[in-house]
Amino acid sequence: MSGTEVGLALSVLLACAVEAVEALTIVLAVGTTRSWSSALYGVGAAVAALAVVVAALGPALTSLPLNALRVGVGGLLLVFGLQWLRKAILRAAGLKELHDETAAFAEETEAARAAGAAPGSGLDGYSFAISFKGVFLEGLEVAFIVLTFGANQHRVPLAAAAAAVAVALVVLAGVAARAPLARVPENTMKFSVGVMLTSFGTFWGAEGAGASWPGGDAALLAIIPGVLLLACAMVLWLRRVSAAPAVPEAG
Amino acid sequence: MNFLVRAARAVWDFVVGDDWVTALGAAAALAVTALIAGAGVSAWWIMPVAVSALLALSLRRAAH
Repeated sequence: MSGTEVGLALSVLLACAVEAVEALTIVLAVGTTRSWSSALYGVGAAVAALAVVVAALGPALTSLPLNALRVGVGGLLLVFGLQWLRKAILRAAGLKELHDETAAFAEETEAARAAGAAPGSGLDGYSFAISFKGVFLEGLEVAFIVLTFGANQHRVPLAAAAAAVAVALVVLAGVAARAPLARVPENTMKFSVGVMLTSFGTFWGAEGAGASWPGGDAALLAIIPGVLLLACAMVLWLRRVSAAPAVPEAG
Repeated sequence: MNFLVRAARAVWDFVVGDDWVTALGAAAALAVTALIAGAGVSAWWIMPVAVSALLALSLRRAAH
């Protein structure tokens, strides 16, 4: 496996693990409070819908000319990555609330209780809908990353396999813990994913636009640490700015 | 029609989020890279410079 493919697999694995932890919290909340079977039907339906999205868009994307694919998909990945990295930097600087699975679980559980009693038999619409929505929406981000990374490298199956491994690991950990995975360092993982998405988006976007990177694919070995350093410097800068006392206005 | 508008808005929110200025800046930086590379001049440095500037400006807006 080349260095770029290792980067692809690692990025997809991390991104997928973070989203799977969030989806697991939602499914656990409705499953334990209302109906496990309906929640699991919702999970199954969402996974099937996501598989259809990846199966339909994957071959269509990989059939595009490489440069058009890299500038278009690289650009999309860059915009998406910058959005992800911006939120992660704001969280690390203390300007945005950290994601807390225990709090999210308590909130979802409370909402599930407030929705009234689950029917004694048959499908519980609430559990099905909340599980479906949670898994589908969290999974859509993963599908986007799998498709953009996979299509650019013409390795959609590798990206899909990395995603499947991440889901399997999170599900196993969830079954073992029978509780939300609050100890997973989600915020750090989101920060890392933001760095990877922005780095690969920068690399592929510029290459697709016709630029040649010095050293070819090896340029990623400079771009990824460069983006990481930039992000860490911005966290320090924001912490200093937000800690500085406001200057009173004259007059 | 209503469905298409809602779907387009959902895709926009999903990819671009609440900072369209950064998205526009990234697209402009890619266009400048294409123009300069097309003229046969080295253009690889444009995207790293643009990404650093766009991220700093976006964070500055968010912090204020």
